[in-house]
Amino acid sequence: MIPAAFRYQRASSVDEASRLLGQGEDVKVLAGGHSLIPLMRLRLAQPTMLVDINPLEGELGYIRRDNGTLRVGALTRHYQIEQSADVQRALPLLAEVAGEVGDLQVRSMGTIGGVLAHADPAGDYGTLALMLDATISTNRRSIPASQFFLGLFTTPLAADELITEVSFPVASGPHRYIKFRRRLSDWAIVGAGAQRMDDGQWRVGITNAAATPVRASGVEQALASGASPAEAARQANQGLDPASDVRGSAEYKTHLAQVLTQRAIEGAT
Amino acid sequence: MAISQMIGARIHRREDPHLITGGGRYVEDLTRPGLLTMAIVRSPHPHARIRRINATGAHAIPGVVAVLTAADFKPLLSGTHPVAPAFIPEKHTVPQRFPIADDEAVFQGEPVAVVVAQNRKLAVDGAQAIEVEYEPLPAVTDLLPALEPGSPRVHTTDVDNLAWDTTFSPEDSVKAAFDQAEVVVKERILQQRLAPTPIEPRGVTAEYDRFEDQLTIWMATQNPHFIRLFVSGAMGLPETKVRVISHDVGGGFGSKISPYPEDYLVPATARLLKRPVRWIETRTESLQTTTHGRGQIFDVEVAAKRDGSLLAMKVTQYLDAGAYVGTFGAFQPVACLLAGGAYKWPGGIAARTVGVLTNRVPTDPYRGAGRPEATHLVERMLDKLAQEIGMDPVAVRQKNFVRPEEFPFTNNFGLVYDSGNYNGALERALQLSGYNDFRRRQEQARRDGRYLGIGLSTWIEICGFGPSAATAPATGGLALVESAQVRVHPTGSAQVFVGTHAHGQGHDTTFAQIAADTLGLPYEAIEIRHGDTAEGPAFGYGTYGSRSLAVGGMAVRTAGKQIVAKAQKIAANMLEASADDVVFDQGRFHVRGNPGSAKTMAEVAFAAYGAGLPAGTDHGLEATSYFDPPNFVWPFGSHVCEVEVDPATGDVKLLKYTAVDDCGNIINPLIVEGQLHGGIAQGIAQALFEEVSYDPQTGQLLTGTLADYLVPTANEIPSPLLDRTVTPSPTNELGVKGIGEAGTIAASAAVINAIVDALSPLGISHVDMPASPDRLWKQIRQAQEGVRA
Repeated sequence: MIPAAFRYQRASSVDEASRLLGQGEDVKVLAGGHSLIPLMRLRLAQPTMLVDINPLEGELGYIRRDNGTLRVGALTRHYQIEQSADVQRALPLLAEVAGEVGDLQVRSMGTIGGVLAHADPAGDYGTLALMLDATISTNRRSIPASQFFLGLFTTPLAADELITEVSFPVASGPHRYIKFRRRLSDWAIVGAGAQRMDDGQWRVGITNAAATPVRASGVEQALASGASPAEAARQANQGLDPASDVRGSAEYKTHLAQVLTQRAIEGAT
Repeated sequence: MAISQMIGARIHRREDPHLITGGGRYVEDLTRPGLLTMAIVRSPHPHARIRRINATGAHAIPGVVAVLTAADFKPLLSGTHPVAPAFIPEKHTVPQRFPIADDEAVFQGEPVAVVVAQNRKLAVDGAQAIEVEYEPLPAVTDLLPALEPGSPRVHTTDVDNLAWDTTFSPEDSVKAAFDQAEVVVKERILQQRLAPTPIEPRGVTAEYDRFEDQLTIWMATQNPHFIRLFVSGAMGLPETKVRVISHDVGGGFGSKISPYPEDYLVPATARLLKRPVRWIETRTESLQTTTHGRGQIFDVEVAAKRDGSLLAMKVTQYLDAGAYVGTFGAFQPVACLLAGGAYKWPGGIAARTVGVLTNRVPTDPYRGAGRPEATHLVERMLDKLAQEIGMDPVAVRQKNFVRPEEFPFTNNFGLVYDSGNYNGALERALQLSGYNDFRRRQEQARRDGRYLGIGLSTWIEICGFGPSAATAPATGGLALVESAQVRVHPTGSAQVFVGTHAHGQGHDTTFAQIAADTLGLPYEAIEIRHGDTAEGPAFGYGTYGSRSLAVGGMAVRTAGKQIVAKAQKIAANMLEASADDVVFDQGRFHVRGNPGSAKTMAEVAFAAYGAGLPAGTDHGLEATSYFDPPNFVWPFGSHVCEVEVDPATGDVKLLKYTAVDDCGNIINPLIVEGQLHGGIAQGIAQALFEEVSYDPQTGQLLTGTLADYLVPTANEIPSPLLDRTVTPSPTNELGVKGIGEAGTIAASAAVINAIVDALSPLGISHVDMPASPDRLWKQIRQAQEGVRA
């Protein structure tokens, strides 16, 4: 439970962070550290260098609303998202999801950019980004969420590329995110989110039931053509490929995705 | 100062301020000059031959001091790991165990090499740099297949995997009763492996003083004197030359009773290298290599009449011993001897236990140790019977309870229950839980398509180990009596050295309450000391099996009474009266009828170290007592759990938990309630959350972190509603029984019975543990398909 040796650098700007990240094979960004450090302590990850971007909080920690867009800086902590009056008004679903991440210590340190860059299918923000067609901006480019989650822990980010911002469309209509878990601070065994957009269309996504977050397009289309939540939720198994593990079998998780999807839509307020 | 009221007083634990403000002294808090750190290379395979160990990479790391393997330890350590007779004096195959694997590793996590370095990081670097060439061997990864003739063997050098096969009473003995039964119910009941998961993992620091020829070991243990005995023996040192110190211990739950490989490897290394050495277990090591609890399968049959009268039982226990028989691995067959629970079985109980070796870490006692298993099986079977004959589970219990006037009651195996009022506790629990009203609400909910259930668990326990005649044969010689030494200083403060060793029980408070009342000294004047073999009586017996109060508390009491008897003579001399005329009351000695002229215990203590003592009285005021109880003690109680099951997800919501327990007289209600809160949480944890999982094909541990091994938190456990009845124990003068394991013994059956009750409209009559959502959903779905079909 003690990491292997690594070099440690604090970045004073995004450019410097990028330059440091480009210096070697296995250089990792340290943001909140709540996924990375446990992996390092178990020596499942042995990076040669950490680039600490926490000094960039002034630059990358922010929440701004521009008309129909909610822009969240990559280094914004879960707790700040949860507590933000702007988020609670512009995209209350995001505030609620942030408030259910881990425990208070995790929420005080963990960041939205870190969750997305880590691309763990259990990360709740990935589902929201995908179903809401968020845009993930880096120091190089803007990537639509639909092109961001390539596989398990896999994104299109280059070695020296750093997420700087996530922008979501504003949506304050009925919404619900259900995180099915055994213990309050656990990741979702399976999660399901539903949001009715301002144009009246539903957006639906599934967490932790495939190698990436899954947008439940079949459910969305069924709802658009007038299906009941129960009928529509049957489509929630499309595109899923959950792993069987100690938390549940693949079969159970697929079933759970359907149940939770129905409940998220029916329970949306 | 109402000192006579300290026993029974609801006072806060005196040990808590330092523990909750960072003042605790755990093994890792201690450092020594020149301290080295040990890391252990462990087998990643459940079973493998060790072909070659190449330490070149480790030696190349600056700061790595030594790499040691079995060959290095063989000259330093002798003998084999101790295995107590416990309930199985005649075992079949008991593999010899050395603290470190030589040519064959038999469980994942078994030590293969140790690395000693200047600090922990370098030690881990060194361990990582060691190349071990393994030849994986076929592994025994499950309990029942291990008994099949074609099974691989856990140890290639042993003839089979059968640790024991012992029949306590044969099936013939219940044949008559089964022949006349009107109804027979059968079930296979699983007890999953559990990881004890103390907050403080294990840890050992050892230092060898060459000038004094003295070995000092600091460690987290429940049992310092036994560790001294075992380690001194293995190292060829007299007990006097080994000192075991255990300051604060962050939980044990039974997993810190027995000695471990590291308890030998660290001291042997310190002696070899002539440097202090420390090893601290990581959380993953704790989940992987600290002994597990439970790990059993029970096949049970109950014969009864249609009116609910119990006749007889057959029970077979299959116990997963692991790769070696644990030091107290053969204690858990006690489940067979208590399988009858709180009930009468006029037609007898046939019982057999089969101990099975597997390529997994050994099992050993875990909170309750055999008694949760017994309660779970009998309480499950009574509910199954009630369901079968369409009778209320309450009525079945009430029909068969041992009644208050039948105590002392000798059970089917000759064990004598000391006192009890089982129906009294049940009636109170039913009243508090609103049982009758619940049945009405349940009906309503069922009409709405909701699944509410209520479960009962009426538990009993054998604890307070124990009478010398029974316990000496079980340990292989040493009786599990208990010692206390009381020393009253001239100015009236007293130290009490006890042979028990607290790891969360609050002994500093409870024993001080007993000592204060017994000695007539202020509570604040009493200091309780334990956990250092260099202090106090020559031997102590440790803390486990809810024994500390009923045995250790009584040792404090009897040593204190010896002090009072001597003080009474000295006081009589001071008061110029005959000792027979002197009364001791509220800490003061006075001549009967003349309370105005009195000597306090402190004044008498001062006199005891002065001049003019009565003839034949030695100076000083100290006494040592070893208390040998005449019987075990038998607490009991009744728990009621209310749940709702979500049939679509298999999720169980705990709605209400009520517990009425009886541990005889109570020294400190706050501590009793704390024990129950924690115990109930651990029982619920077994029922719903925790399970050590191994991959059935590869034998690899799947629950090696606390993200995967689901210890529930305060968020998941409802605050239980507690009440009590008080039936004093006739076994000891204090009238006390144990309460440390009670909650765990009772809770799993209450929760599972409630779930089965909720799902009974679907025809479900049994649910295994842990009742995870996945497992329950599958069972519900199958039942629904069955109902439809």
